[in-house]
Amino acid sequence: MKAIDIIKNGLIKENPTWVLILGMCPTLATTTSAVNGLCMGLATAFVLLCSNVVISLLKSVIPDKVRIPAFIVVIATFVTVVQFVMQGYIPDLYTSLGLFIPLIVVNCVVLGRAEAFASKNNVWHSALDGLFMGLGFTWALTLIGLVRELLGTGCIFGHSLIGGADGMLLFILPPGGFICLGLLLALINRLRKA
Amino acid sequence: MLLSLTVIAVVAGGVLGLVNKVTAEPIAKAEKAKKEAAIKAVLPAFDKLEAKTIDGIEYNYAFDAQGQPVGVAIESGSDKGFGGHLGVMVGFDNEGTITGYQIVETAETPGLGAKAAEWFQKDGKAPVIGLNPAEPLKVKKDGGSIDAISGSTITSRAFCESINNAYASFKNSTTAVAEEPAQVENVEIEENESQKGGNE
Repeated sequence: MKAIDIIKNGLIKENPTWVLILGMCPTLATTTSAVNGLCMGLATAFVLLCSNVVISLLKSVIPDKVRIPAFIVVIATFVTVVQFVMQGYIPDLYTSLGLFIPLIVVNCVVLGRAEAFASKNNVWHSALDGLFMGLGFTWALTLIGLVRELLGTGCIFGHSLIGGADGMLLFILPPGGFICLGLLLALINRLRKA
Repeated sequence: MLLSLTVIAVVAGGVLGLVNKVTAEPIAKAEKAKKEAAIKAVLPAFDKLEAKTIDGIEYNYAFDAQGQPVGVAIESGSDKGFGGHLGVMVGFDNEGTITGYQIVETAETPGLGAKAAEWFQKDGKAPVIGLNPAEPLKVKKDGGSIDAISGSTITSRAFCESINNAYASFKNSTTAVAEEPAQVENVEIEENESQKGGNE
């Protein structure tokens, strides 16, 4: 497998959000603004990169029968590291994402890549896969957040575009998340096939 | 099988212990900075701050350059928010008039209840700054005078309750403080007397 294919897979061809449809819970819950989406994506990308590397290194010593608990321990370790670091150095962001950071542990993108890719491939490819799957997840979340924030509050990255407008509140709320995700999914898959 | 899982868990535990040690200080610092910023935002200008804990509630007394008390900041809250606990730092002047508030802990809906951070400020839609909650704050729907955030009556109720709780603590503290100097004086007099007695 060539490196360029892994990159393309992560960003577009097998994008975790648009194509694999994995990790929908954080996707819907944290994308109330573009910044939240971006940061959630980056946090997940970091965990994915680290866990893919470690799991790929350990794949020969982890017995098949206990591989899932072993993967979860590795993933949970990195998630907790992210949580501590965020809490200490970017407390504002931690306040807005707080609840969803620990949930990265059970994000199926992370475990999915560990199982489907890192446990079968070498370290270099696993690192690439982790990084670009993570970035694919990040751009998807940022895009959803951008659209929801724009429609819901009239802002982009917190900067007001339309002065004094309140926006369509629905898009900030959970139903708007589903509507937005569905329409974007349809649009992107149409574009991907074209 | 057992061995490899144990080794992984032990290593993971060690790594986390290390990271916890490294980040414990910045986390404490960040939390302290957040609290200090909130206290500063809710009180009029002050020179000195003194924290005192009575009955598990922390009172942050502010004094001006002459050492005169200018107000007190109290962290209060309500569990009746739409998303759970709502934490509010409330500042009072010496008479119990609200000088400011900051939402310090919130899980309210963005775009709805989260508006509480601006809604009740001085230039917000239903300012509470300058009110004296001797008469408990209530939203209009409950027969009070506070305009609730549109679409977020529950958050607004929790907010009013937080302010009222803070005011109740404030009242308690003023009685406690009024008693305290008196006790201190008594002690001093006794000491003086005993000293006098010794001298004589």
